[in-house]
Amino acid sequence: MVAQHITAAGGAPRLAAEGVTVGYGARTVIDGLDVVIPPGVVTTIIGPNGCGKSTLLRTLSRLLKPVKGTVVLDGADIAGLKSKDVAKKLGLLPQAPVAPEGLTVADLVAQGRHPHQSWLRQWSSDDAAVVERALAMTGVSDLADRPVDALSGGQRQRVWISMTLAQGTDLLLLDEPTTYLDLAHAVDVLDLVDDLHESGHTVVMVLHDLNLATRYSDNLIVMKAGAILAQGHPRDVITAELLHEAFGLRAKVVDDPVGDRPLIVPIGRAHVRDGGGVQAGSDARGGAGAV
Amino acid sequence: MNATNVKSSVPPGVRLGRLSFVWRPWLVAVTLFLAAATFLLFCLSIGVGDFPIGLPQVVATIFGRGERVDAFVIMDLRMPRALAGLVVGVALGVSGAITQSVARNPLASPDILGITGGASAVAVFLVTVSGGAAAAVVSAVGLSAAALAGGLGTGLLVYFLAWRRGIDGFRLILIGISVSAVMEAITAWLLVTADIRDVARAQAWLVGSLDGRSWHEVQVALWCSLALVAVVACAAFPFKPMRFGDEVAAGLGVRYTRVRAVLLLCAVLLAGVAVSAAGPVPFVALVAPQVAMRLARRPTPPLVASGLVGALLLIGADLVARAALPITLPVGVVTAAIGGPFLVYLLVRANLRGRRQG
Repeated sequence: MVAQHITAAGGAPRLAAEGVTVGYGARTVIDGLDVVIPPGVVTTIIGPNGCGKSTLLRTLSRLLKPVKGTVVLDGADIAGLKSKDVAKKLGLLPQAPVAPEGLTVADLVAQGRHPHQSWLRQWSSDDAAVVERALAMTGVSDLADRPVDALSGGQRQRVWISMTLAQGTDLLLLDEPTTYLDLAHAVDVLDLVDDLHESGHTVVMVLHDLNLATRYSDNLIVMKAGAILAQGHPRDVITAELLHEAFGLRAKVVDDPVGDRPLIVPIGRAHVRDGGGVQAGSDARGGAGAV
Repeated sequence: MNATNVKSSVPPGVRLGRLSFVWRPWLVAVTLFLAAATFLLFCLSIGVGDFPIGLPQVVATIFGRGERVDAFVIMDLRMPRALAGLVVGVALGVSGAITQSVARNPLASPDILGITGGASAVAVFLVTVSGGAAAAVVSAVGLSAAALAGGLGTGLLVYFLAWRRGIDGFRLILIGISVSAVMEAITAWLLVTADIRDVARAQAWLVGSLDGRSWHEVQVALWCSLALVAVVACAAFPFKPMRFGDEVAAGLGVRYTRVRAVLLLCAVLLAGVAVSAAGPVPFVALVAPQVAMRLARRPTPPLVASGLVGALLLIGADLVARAALPITLPVGVVTAAIGGPFLVYLLVRANLRGRRQG
């Protein structure tokens, strides 16, 4: 499946990390990591809290400078590129960004054109057309004149993604785009991410919800303690053993009753029949089917 | 000038030759109105005095078509004071707009970031400490320049103390307040222990005043401010995405550490120029950007409008202090008295409007 996507997108990897070591001050978070982001698909980085998922994403986007190793964007070392040129190729949405009070949706999305502008040329008809498209694609055209702070969390996140789209890059890095959203809005935002993927974007994101990550990604990167534990299609990667190894989570992996991907059913201590025993596999499957 | 109006949901653009920018009619109208009001008040301020001159004569003289006696009073006697008010007001307004935008906090102003406090402490030190070295410094560079150096030094100290893998607005303000408090304590201690005649001289400097400005002093302040405002105008474009925080700005290709360092340095220098020209005038840098922001209905302080509101406030305060009050007060007292209530009025009005809508 992944291979098909790669050939469909027809290209060499756009973004890769080669032996990167990253840290904050004296603390090393990632040590000598290699990763290749396949083009044209949705890649999601998952892993327990503090494993370095956001750090990896921030390194790939050049927000963090690796102590050792390089991040390669379209064949060039990203550290040697001009900031503006990177911003023309790679769009980044950081975690929980904040807009000044009273700023309108149109003004926020228009800011996405910044890498394409200059002091003299601060707003052109091209910019207007791209912003118009970005607003329409994320379904927020009707909100254009509203202040961003007056919107609901889900709408706000759509607006921020719209700004990243207005940047006009086909490579999008989203750091936890569903944080603070309820499940319905999270699904809504991820459907939008899937639309972007359909329209030819390569997306890399960090997600906390494992089932949403499984449903919406073609490529999962599972991290633990600053290293990659597994990478590949969710069907190949998500197993009970891996979840235990990565998260220390006891879980049952079943077929998704509404999709073609695995579904993770966590096993805690409370309200679980027979302690969630592995031998009761047929029961769990039956249970899942009845949902 | 043709408006390329695309569709209703996107801001329209304007093109002037190679220049193109977003067309914001309200902001342009407010800025033009403020500029006109500033010019009017500037001329009024020149006309008022022991030898009153009518507004038409003032305007004619400024444009070189006045009578000789008016020309002497206006250009030689009153212009330096009025121009000092204009320059100091614009410098404080722009400086405040930058610090508030960079710190993303309306409380940030050069007053709070220690620049004024540092300049005052150095000035008072040089006035009150009798000794060869202090006297030598004052005679060599002048009290204003020494105070300017003190303000800049304190501003840079705050910047480096607040630096921790970048600048966080909240940390900048906390450290600024702390350093200011130390500077104020030093000033107070110097005043308490000093000779009473020196204290009177120091107090005269401390309240902030436009009295007795010479053409030379005003010219230095004017050229410094113009150069700094030009740098600010260049840095304003890459600064725009920084309204959304460092990471969003970085994602949009802005080298935010450099842009912020340049802008904060300009803000510190502008405030320093203002302090050296008029002494520590309180409140203008804090209130002008907030007033400008609300008048222009923008989410962040607009630079040009902030500078103009600063000039209006300062010239207006000086006019009131000289002409409308029974006793002559230093300008700093009046800026606080006018600016404070006006900001409160704007906040209350915004609250009322919000309630009506909500």
